[in-house]
Amino acid sequence: MRVTDMIVPLLIMFILLCGLARRVDLAEEFSAGAKEGLQTAFGLIPMLVLLMTAVGMFTSSGAAEMLAALLSPVTEWLGFPKECLDLALIRPISGSGALAAVSRLFSRVHPDSFAGRTASVLMASTETTFYTIAVYFAAQRKKPDSRIFIAAAAADLTGFILSSLTVRLLIQG
Amino acid sequence: MLSFIIVVMLLISVAAGCLNGSWEDISASAVSACTDAVELGVFLGGSMALWCGLMRVAERSGLTAKLSAALSPVVRLLFGRLDDDSRKAVSLNLTANLLGLGNAATPTGIAAVKALGKGPRPKRNTALLTVLNTASIQLIPVTIAALRAENGSAAPFEILPAVLVTSLSAAAVGCVTAAILFSGVDKDARN
Repeated sequence: MRVTDMIVPLLIMFILLCGLARRVDLAEEFSAGAKEGLQTAFGLIPMLVLLMTAVGMFTSSGAAEMLAALLSPVTEWLGFPKECLDLALIRPISGSGALAAVSRLFSRVHPDSFAGRTASVLMASTETTFYTIAVYFAAQRKKPDSRIFIAAAAADLTGFILSSLTVRLLIQG
Repeated sequence: MLSFIIVVMLLISVAAGCLNGSWEDISASAVSACTDAVELGVFLGGSMALWCGLMRVAERSGLTAKLSAALSPVVRLLFGRLDDDSRKAVSLNLTANLLGLGNAATPTGIAAVKALGKGPRPKRNTALLTVLNTASIQLIPVTIAALRAENGSAAPFEILPAVLVTSLSAAAVGCVTAAILFSGVDKDARN
């Protein structure tokens, strides 16, 4: 038994108990929220079809391996698994593209392998950087300051390097 | 941007097919990937429905508001003195990120960025908030855990500590870099 396995069941119970204590109509509110979640997920499908086709063709063409071989001196030095390279490249640009890349990766390597775990950590701890910057600056009707890209890139790079490092130190043991 | 990337990926795939003759693999995966995409969407629907439903209950019971009140010391540390409205908007956005609300976090971020743009040190503070949002600090990475479980992971949530360390460090590096790069940018406006 692990502590991390307890978090989700306890959290679910805690949220529902709090709702009950505050006399929230659980069935009504939960299904209203769940409906939104379903709509979001189903709304992703058309885009995913195009993206997964592109990612699938890309990975099975062997192009990813060629690119990984090209970058391997850097990734080897960082201890970054080469299977995760295409994910790292697409992650800052497209959320659904990254989702497609992870899904594709899991069909080739086990999620509990080193590459699978690194991909999981990378996916969970970074964001679609460029999209976020674009949306937030568009909301202010301003052009993004170039310095913001430097700061965000520094954060992303830290995420890439640490994803394989933390898997090695905290999970593989 | 996205269309450009898709076209580049396809061009590279075809170029690689010319180089190493992997045409058979490429066409096979083009045909199977579309089915995989629909499966993935339907599959994600389950975990997203559960999580969004729970979050709605949490919001109605006042849990979300409590969490964002608990975050206000962190907000003060990062952004300095803010008026009530901006502080609330920023805390709400950080809460939405922590809970992994994804798309639902975007409107809160837009509201926060607008509020910060009117306050003191607007350029620095909006930059800081943007970087915090790009670093995605999540307490429970629902989507990836669901994907791991689907693909036979023995412990889908074992990645939690690594995710927390990685995303917190990335956010810290991003914030420090932004704070340094944007220090003094707002001086002219203040004097």
